[in-house]
Amino acid sequence: MMKKPISEKDPLVQVKDVCKYFQVSKKGILKAVDHVSFDIYRGETLGLVGESGCGKSTIGRCIVRLHEPTSGEIIYDGISSRKTGREEQLNFCRKVQMIFQNPYSSLNSRMTVKEIIGEGMRIHYKYSDAEIEQKVEQLLKIVGLNRDHMSRFPHEFSGGQRQRIGIARALAVNPEFIVCDEPISALDVSIQAQVINMLKELQEELHLTYLFIAHDLSVVKYISDRIVVMYLGTIVEISETEELFSNPIHPYTRSLLSAIPVADPDLSSARQRIMLKGEIPSPINLKPGCHFAERCPEAEERCFQESPKLCDRGDGHCVACHHAV
Amino acid sequence: MSESSLLKIEDLTFSFRTYGGVVKAVRGVSFEVNAGETVGIVGESGCGKSVTAQCILKLNPEPPGFFEKGSIQYHGEEIITKSDKEMRKIRGMEIGFIFQDPMTSLNPTMRIGKQIEEVFASHPEISKKERKERAIEILKMVGINDVERRYMQYPHELSGGMKQRVMIARALVGNPSIVIADEPTTSLDVTIEAQILDLLKKLQKELGTAIIFITHDLGVIAKLCDRVVVMYGGKIVESGMVRDIFYQTGHPYTNGLLNSVPRLDLSRDVKLVPIQGTPPDLFSPPVGCPFAARCEYAMKVCREEMPPEFELSEGHYCACWLRHPNAPEIQLTRF
Repeated sequence: MMKKPISEKDPLVQVKDVCKYFQVSKKGILKAVDHVSFDIYRGETLGLVGESGCGKSTIGRCIVRLHEPTSGEIIYDGISSRKTGREEQLNFCRKVQMIFQNPYSSLNSRMTVKEIIGEGMRIHYKYSDAEIEQKVEQLLKIVGLNRDHMSRFPHEFSGGQRQRIGIARALAVNPEFIVCDEPISALDVSIQAQVINMLKELQEELHLTYLFIAHDLSVVKYISDRIVVMYLGTIVEISETEELFSNPIHPYTRSLLSAIPVADPDLSSARQRIMLKGEIPSPINLKPGCHFAERCPEAEERCFQESPKLCDRGDGHCVACHHAV
Repeated sequence: MSESSLLKIEDLTFSFRTYGGVVKAVRGVSFEVNAGETVGIVGESGCGKSVTAQCILKLNPEPPGFFEKGSIQYHGEEIITKSDKEMRKIRGMEIGFIFQDPMTSLNPTMRIGKQIEEVFASHPEISKKERKERAIEILKMVGINDVERRYMQYPHELSGGMKQRVMIARALVGNPSIVIADEPTTSLDVTIEAQILDLLKKLQKELGTAIIFITHDLGVIAKLCDRVVVMYGGKIVESGMVRDIFYQTGHPYTNGLLNSVPRLDLSRDVKLVPIQGTPPDLFSPPVGCPFAARCEYAMKVCREEMPPEFELSEGHYCACWLRHPNAPEIQLTRF
């Protein structure tokens, strides 16, 4: 498969200046996502990484319209999220699907596998029961299960199998775009590789576009074409995968990359590590300035007052840091 | 038994009685821990690594759990036959334990300081003043700032990383000779995980404590451990020095584990090689090698008889029939 250069790629999803705030108490506002903009191109896998509480899941949920953004808009295939009628909304739900993080809580435990997978088809395509049965069987085969599993309930499956059911459910309505919210972090190592391989194969066969949300950088590197790094609700760096790993610019990205545990004792002891001070501050009522300044080894006066803008350094490598100029 | 051996586990077999039958969680596990070293136990969920670790302190509920056979010797003393009262003297003071989830394993109604001092509960000879001094000293050592204030705080006032530091402090305050860490960094973020691992390494150097480190993350093993025990289906399939395990891998399961982690230097065009299938059902464990059903090299003998441990090089053992002198020569492939 030939890869197109970035300039020729057309954006499928455009996230434009999206904010999502939650009022957590009388005076406390949690800015889960704060003025975030990026594009997802057709046919690519965009990795979204960051530590817990950085807003990566919130972004994913905004894109599939599980959350209404506080401000800003998300344009899917030319249609803005703001002006949609019921018809368009239904159409959108067919094209965009989500695979959830926790395979234990994201399947309805009172429904059989057939009902779980068939529900979307019944709504969007108005298939008959026989057609649904046939399609579900096909889908189960694609994700490595078989027709005997159809009449069972979720509790009868292991975590890996449940995640496969979740994937089959997402695929059931022939989507174009899937938001994968940490689809493998609840699984065992040997099962993780099975699911990653499956996601990659499905992408090639069905020409899917993925937003892959994860905190495990080695997995994200393996699966993504481009990567967005987030910290406390803002994007700190966007770049193509190879470029990001060979030339990380933002101090947070650099320390994040150096913190990945590598499964190789010699490499592990030889690696230079950038330790960060302290922990992620509370996201409620953040101070102005760069959110990372408190922990940043290179922070100066300016970083505490002025928040840096995300600037393109050429080749689509964008960084939000005062030092990166 | 070497002279520096602190803990010696031999043929440990531990099962649980459940409604579905008897689950054989740990089946004939033997290994040793020497003073000051770090032993990693690695394996997937359900392989018996946590049960093994909890057996050492008799933390598994009995019933439904029970020891079938084997022995656990600490300083030459048998642990299995000890009473609850005797165990209380060992827990915390001789062998410390760091639990997986710092969010749920601290008591939410007790102040941090009191929780740490609780370790001394069955040691009335230590005065109140001394307890507080030691608690504060250990909190400083694990990198908690503003110690006097933290001492009076409750767990909900601390972040995840801080709570895990408190857990470590609690495990170390009695100055134990062994600390068992059961997936201590699994619920933490990467940058915090790196901090905690560095802290453990530093404290081990200062205090000379032996660490038994349980994890499913091979990256953490590579970083921290001297020796590694690989478990699968309730049995040890391979054990050896960390370099032996990573560079002279003996068992197809270990190799499969190493292959299924995407490495950073891996090109995106290379496909990951997962281990097909799922772990064995421990209600009726297979007679032969537990891994035989998922192993691409499995022979007839593998399904019929459990392989003995073959010594590949000094201290590097592997329970696999492929290591038998009469077995066909097979090169394990690494990607």
